[in-house]
Amino acid sequence: MPRVRLDRVTKIYRRQSRQFLWRFLLQTLGGRRAEPIYALRDVSFELASGQAMAVIGRNGAGKSTLLSLVAGLTAPESGLVEVDGRVLALLELGSGFHPDLTGAENLRVNAALCGLTRRQTEERFEEIVEFAELADFIDEPLRTYSQGMILRLAFSVAVHADADILLLDEMIAVGDVDFQRKSFRRIREMKQQGRILLCVSHVPEILKELCEEAIWLESGRIVLRGPAEQVIDAYVAGAPLYESSP
Amino acid sequence: MRRHNSGFLLACMVTRDFKIRYRNMSLGVFWSLLNPLVLMLVLTFVFTKIFPPAGVENFHVVVLSGLIVFSFFSLAWQSGTVSIYGNAALIKHVPMPRELLPVATVLANGLHFLIQIGLLLGLAIWAGYRVSLLWLLLPVIFGLEVIFVCGLALITSALDVYFRDIRYVVESSTAVLFWLVPIFYSFAMIPPEFRELYQFNPVAAVVLACRAIILESRVPPATLLWKLPLVSLSFLAGGYLLFRRLKRNFADYL
Repeated sequence: MPRVRLDRVTKIYRRQSRQFLWRFLLQTLGGRRAEPIYALRDVSFELASGQAMAVIGRNGAGKSTLLSLVAGLTAPESGLVEVDGRVLALLELGSGFHPDLTGAENLRVNAALCGLTRRQTEERFEEIVEFAELADFIDEPLRTYSQGMILRLAFSVAVHADADILLLDEMIAVGDVDFQRKSFRRIREMKQQGRILLCVSHVPEILKELCEEAIWLESGRIVLRGPAEQVIDAYVAGAPLYESSP
Repeated sequence: MRRHNSGFLLACMVTRDFKIRYRNMSLGVFWSLLNPLVLMLVLTFVFTKIFPPAGVENFHVVVLSGLIVFSFFSLAWQSGTVSIYGNAALIKHVPMPRELLPVATVLANGLHFLIQIGLLLGLAIWAGYRVSLLWLLLPVIFGLEVIFVCGLALITSALDVYFRDIRYVVESSTAVLFWLVPIFYSFAMIPPEFRELYQFNPVAAVVLACRAIILESRVPPATLLWKLPLVSLSFLAGGYLLFRRLKRNFADYL
């Protein structure tokens, strides 16, 4: 069974200067350490199969760092990150894309990056192209694509990969309204099949729809945790979009 | 998170690198042949018309054998070194085995190397050298060079993330090595006291072995046959271990 567990996880970034070699020598010889910036402090939670959790907070609160830690892209300073199952990280769509390669070539590279085997890629090729609505353009170089087409292709590859744990960073709303509806349905399906979902978004409606639980991060700490509805409402009330006129 | 598709992923990354290099060029992959050919002609002109060497037959084939071995080494090492930094987007956003990036870059250069080896063998046959069973040793020798460069690239690509100066160190080293690898001179011209040293330089050893096999139809010296694998495999093992230690914090430094 897939599972995600974080136990008192702290992540620190250190200020980096350009002359890294000199600073490195200063630190090792002179014992001077750069002043740390806490991206996450003492964060703990656990998610089991079929659970979906929303992560909300201001810019720089530590949301993306949290997803990077679960994806294994970066290591914690202290604490424990336990992940059982295959992770699919939709942190930045189209990371491996190259403008000079065709849609089909990029599709295959991306499928491999998402963990598909050669056979799986060929079996799902048509389905991925169809889902992305790109059948007429798939042999064109990617640089001729619009931004929306590129995102659709990347998203389509990702949701056709086998993963137990899905990390979404602002990647739920991609493409036009029809495509958004379709991808949203697809993500909900994946959740019903028992996948774990960890979502970062600034769109409260989407998060409420998709997740039953939420955590609110503020300067790297969890300030509120509970049912998605309540936490998100509290966050929105604390940071209202529009000032209500008296 | 380590999946069982590493082979497919590696193949995808290699072909991606290979395709990107000459995509949209009118001459495409012919550049792989044109580059060494032009250099070969220039060096042959300089060293047969301006500094005539003492009785070297088929100087162009001698030069080309050194050139392609060296140019693979230099290009693969340099592009391998910047492969982590150049793929920062993948390092930051996609959980994939990081080792694949420098290795794929080196192997993509290996494909160009393969084309150039074809050119060398073609020119050798044209110049009258006979195909022999010994040629079966060539894949082993060239394979060991690829392994050596993979090891080097693992080391320098990982270090380059933390110290960006590394790429210039590599660039300067290859410029220096152009003169210290027997490309336009033969091994016999090296004073005996330096020969031992040359044998520990895997690139020089590959050139030497490849000339012995193709031009002299003899088995390369036995000492070379154990030193080359030893050095190549140690670099690969050392490179892998260092890379594994350093890759943990890649995402934080890019």
